[in-house]
Amino acid sequence: MLRFVLRRLALLVPVLVGLSILLFAWVRALPGDPARSLLGERATPEGIARVNESYGFDQPLVQQYITYVTALLHGDFGSSIQTGQPVMDSFGERFPATLELGFVALMIAVVVGVPLGYLAARHQGRVLDTAVVSGSLLGVVTPVFFLAILLKLVFADKLGWLPTALRQDPRVDATHVTYFYVLDGLLTREWDASWDAIIHLVLPALALATIPLAIIVRITRASVAEVMNEDFVRTAEAKGLSRSTISRRHVLRNALLPVVTTIGLQAGLLFSGAVLTETVFAFNGIGQYLFEAIGQRDYPVLQGFIIFIAIVYSLINLTVDLAYGVIDPRVRTQ
Amino acid sequence: MSIQIPPAALAPDTLDSEEEHGVGLWRGAFRRMRRNPTAIVGALIVLGFLLVAIFGPLLTSYQPGSAEWSGQVTPTSVPGPSENHWLGLDRFGSDMWTQLVYGARQSLVYGVVSTALGLTVGAALGAIAGGFGAIGGRFGTWVDTAIMRVVDIMLAIPSLLLAVSIAAVLGQNKYSIMIAVGVAQVPIFARLLRGSMLGQGQADYVLAAGALGLRKRRIVIGHVMPNSIGPTIVQATLNLATAIIEVAALSYLGLGEADPAVAEWGRMLVAAQDRFDVAPRLAILPGIAIAVTALGFTLFGEALREALDPRTRK
Amino acid sequence: MLFRRPSTRFATIGLAVAALVLSGCAQSQRDEGSSDGGGTFVFAGSAEPVTFDPFFASDGETFRPARQIFEGLVGTKPGTADPAPALAKDWQVSDDGLTYTFDLQDGVTFHDGTDFNADAVCFNFDRWYNMPESAQTDDLTYYYGALFRGFATGDRADAAIYDSCTADDELTATIKLKKPFAGFIAALSLPALSMQSPTALKKYQDDSASNPRTTEYSTSHPTGTGPFEFESFERGKQVTLARYDDYWGEPAKVDKAVIVAIEDPKARADALRSGEIDGFDLVGPADVGPLEDEGFTIVNRDAFNVLYLGMNQAVKPLDDIKVRQAIAYALNKEEIISASMAPETQPAIEFIPEIVNGFTSDVPKYDYDPEKAKQLLKEAGADGATIEFNYPTGVSRPYMPQPEDTFNVIRTQLEAVGLNIKPVADQWDPDYLEKIQGTKDHGIHLLGWTGDYNDTDNFLGVFFGAKTNEWGFENDKIFGDLDKARAIPTPEEQEPLYEDINREVMEYLPGVPLGHPVPSLAFDSSVKGFQQSPVQDEPWNTISLEQ
Repeated sequence: MLRFVLRRLALLVPVLVGLSILLFAWVRALPGDPARSLLGERATPEGIARVNESYGFDQPLVQQYITYVTALLHGDFGSSIQTGQPVMDSFGERFPATLELGFVALMIAVVVGVPLGYLAARHQGRVLDTAVVSGSLLGVVTPVFFLAILLKLVFADKLGWLPTALRQDPRVDATHVTYFYVLDGLLTREWDASWDAIIHLVLPALALATIPLAIIVRITRASVAEVMNEDFVRTAEAKGLSRSTISRRHVLRNALLPVVTTIGLQAGLLFSGAVLTETVFAFNGIGQYLFEAIGQRDYPVLQGFIIFIAIVYSLINLTVDLAYGVIDPRVRTQ
Repeated sequence: MSIQIPPAALAPDTLDSEEEHGVGLWRGAFRRMRRNPTAIVGALIVLGFLLVAIFGPLLTSYQPGSAEWSGQVTPTSVPGPSENHWLGLDRFGSDMWTQLVYGARQSLVYGVVSTALGLTVGAALGAIAGGFGAIGGRFGTWVDTAIMRVVDIMLAIPSLLLAVSIAAVLGQNKYSIMIAVGVAQVPIFARLLRGSMLGQGQADYVLAAGALGLRKRRIVIGHVMPNSIGPTIVQATLNLATAIIEVAALSYLGLGEADPAVAEWGRMLVAAQDRFDVAPRLAILPGIAIAVTALGFTLFGEALREALDPRTRK
Repeated sequence: MLFRRPSTRFATIGLAVAALVLSGCAQSQRDEGSSDGGGTFVFAGSAEPVTFDPFFASDGETFRPARQIFEGLVGTKPGTADPAPALAKDWQVSDDGLTYTFDLQDGVTFHDGTDFNADAVCFNFDRWYNMPESAQTDDLTYYYGALFRGFATGDRADAAIYDSCTADDELTATIKLKKPFAGFIAALSLPALSMQSPTALKKYQDDSASNPRTTEYSTSHPTGTGPFEFESFERGKQVTLARYDDYWGEPAKVDKAVIVAIEDPKARADALRSGEIDGFDLVGPADVGPLEDEGFTIVNRDAFNVLYLGMNQAVKPLDDIKVRQAIAYALNKEEIISASMAPETQPAIEFIPEIVNGFTSDVPKYDYDPEKAKQLLKEAGADGATIEFNYPTGVSRPYMPQPEDTFNVIRTQLEAVGLNIKPVADQWDPDYLEKIQGTKDHGIHLLGWTGDYNDTDNFLGVFFGAKTNEWGFENDKIFGDLDKARAIPTPEEQEPLYEDINREVMEYLPGVPLGHPVPSLAFDSSVKGFQQSPVQDEPWNTISLEQ
């Protein structure tokens, strides 16, 4: 087991090294002049020259690379051009928001998706099956930012049932410990703060949930269908076990396995969706931060994030593989 | 953003090549699809989309992105359906129907080019990796591993970020999004082809041919590769749907061609946002167009996969 | 049926949750306090502040909290850009414009209890002058660098105009300059030049830090004399300010002020409608009318900006004056404004707004006359000429709220007089500014400028002070006159020369000024007492929230 983990971690290293080199080359290949980006309309030739000198933009490429790598090894992932704040600090401040959002979205998708998938498998090939599959697919093919705008227009603007923006009402007094606002409210017993955070989560999470929903529905459907045809189910039936016992014990457990497997993939998709959704609701997670960074061409931010995401993503996949390895011993021998 | 389930999560072998081979496989698949309502719906949508995209200029007499009637648009009103413009004007003063029709063209071009790019490069990489891996030996395994390392790097980043990075480097022109989305699809095809090639490496017929004395290379090229065509077509269809959505997402983020009036569905969504209160149809029409088109390709692709997959055949 | 339909079970749970959600009223309760005042005022800007030490900033969103926390020696008369006493209740200027003596307000304290006096004033001025070289780049200290021309050290040390500051007595400070600077008094109203507490600066600030914007002082201990003090900043959430009870002027009526950032103008409008915020800045032109109809208060700032159509004379046929005049006559400014800017916007007749020194209506005018435009084009042999028209996408500036719409209208008008327009769209960041200001590669283009303080040189000098890539011309008369005007000691003496320059510019016509777009703010009807300022000098101590 330990060897498995170590081997996987070792494989991570060349990937990250290669990525950092690629990213360095990438930032330098980008169009646009970082000094001019920094100064905007106020740029003058002298001003630009001063910035270049001060920040080392005019140094030879090799020199810049050395500076970059040294900083990376010290844990300095760069600072935003716009605000000067270290990328990792910004990330740390906003990550809980997106994590909270993603978690809720995934929960919604599982709670709604697994039963729907089961239904579809039971009525495979018939109209209900097509309806469920098409319905969940419709959620995913609708661009998530479009869906977010629609949800906001209907439920927040026109009907006024839910708030239109932000993570929390500015007037609610909330103490933040973990920066997971719902959790913080519960920890500090500020129930109204917790509730306020929940209602601000509803619409963005619903929009985001449509992404994993389709996958979960279809995975559940596929694996339920597969298991239901397996010999051991028929044998159990022949032995007289009631059908409800069979399903609960065997079918669902086997069906949930692939859902767990794809959580790594889902995390990546949820993250991409968050970049497009958070801005609509001014949700202030890393999704929105990245969206702004792309728009403002704040490349150090993107660069730092990509490396960090690569690490997180790889670790998630590793964890999932480990979990799968625990559950299914066949995998471990690879 | 991939919207399909990776094949590995569904079933390890997607093709039992012992049972049906060549034309019989396709004829059987086609028969099964005819009976499947999902396939029919998908096929109809795809057909509709292709017709509109290909015969676009015949369906409208106006030019796309012309902004000819910009004088009629004000910050608080956008002319709706009228005699000359059956879907009204868009935010910049072009004819909405024309924008949608030419937008279908753009989506088709963007989708096909990027998927073709992803497919050729990805399939080539995956086939090489898988082929060498199937042959085995030290050199073969080395090639396999090296290529898949590169693929791993690409997969380590969420595909949207990958596409954004590439589009940013390529600058604000119409090729950047196509290439970016295409490159982001390379890992999917690479994995698919490699898996398919390796999976078949253990198949009975390959072992038998090997015992008969056929050289490994000929087995790979002559038999293993053709059997990978089916899943590749399925993946390409599904990826086309993803490509259409990803192109819209990249436009939303402000990448690609800078001209905001250009007829492309993602662009139209961006422009429609700040007039949403006043004229929701500006956003709803392209949004539905994207969703329905992607849905059609996905349904068709999924149905095709199921039809080709021996395990779900009853 | 294998077991009780999971769908019904989940559906019931789902319905119950939905009912709970909806019954928990989502409408935010305004915290309006009692009728004696109090309450929390919530305002939405378009972005978060980048720092709380205003000396290191130059953007409006960072200045917004700075205006509440800090004050300078000089302020503005409410609703205007004219200088008025603030921390300095009076001042005298020597005839040669090199010596300024300030009489300071009595009984003023910083938020940390330090006394405000002449020593504090000199501490601030000397601090700025002695900034280490690492802090002398334009992204950090644009204002000081542009106004005072240089620092004690660095490559601009010889050009620096600051000489010294002396504390004559407790409440009198004398500033000496090396060269006259007519805009000095007006410039002191900039938030970047606010008075900050020497005690707090010594304790928490580090000007030589690799990023002075993120030091302890700049992120959590900004200390000024203003009506509000800094309470907290939760990045990604809000800035919280609390009333400073020992304020020397009119104390704030509300207990707290909160600033949140919502990037999209439409989302800001929606948040106002749903009660989550009490007011916001930068209302989109499309929202002004509807918000007013719904009973919200729209406040228009007097325009302190200009939007223009620049013409690059390095490119033919724009070097021909007849062609430039033709373009000017082809434009129907009213139509341009109604299609892409807020309703109150005035058409522009010169490159500075009305309230800036040197404005005169006695300039050559180019009223809409398409026939004349066609005729001029024929005379110049440019009938049917192809001209590149550059415009930015992906941006909205206060002086240029919707560039794509502005572009479309102008293009139609120019094509109507026979010009062949080749549109060139570029993303604002990174390409547009680079192309327009960094290269000669552009034809006619849209750009503008918001003034920082009331000094004509801040407009005309920036545009036409020297040859640039943007305008592509060399006109020694204009360059020379602007140099001369800059050297004149007081605004009053500068006025006639600037009026002449305005006439010269409109005669030479390097570009066509289009309008002065009016930036608007929107408030809930319960908000009373807000005072607008064309230079955004808007402290909130006058605001109260009524029930």
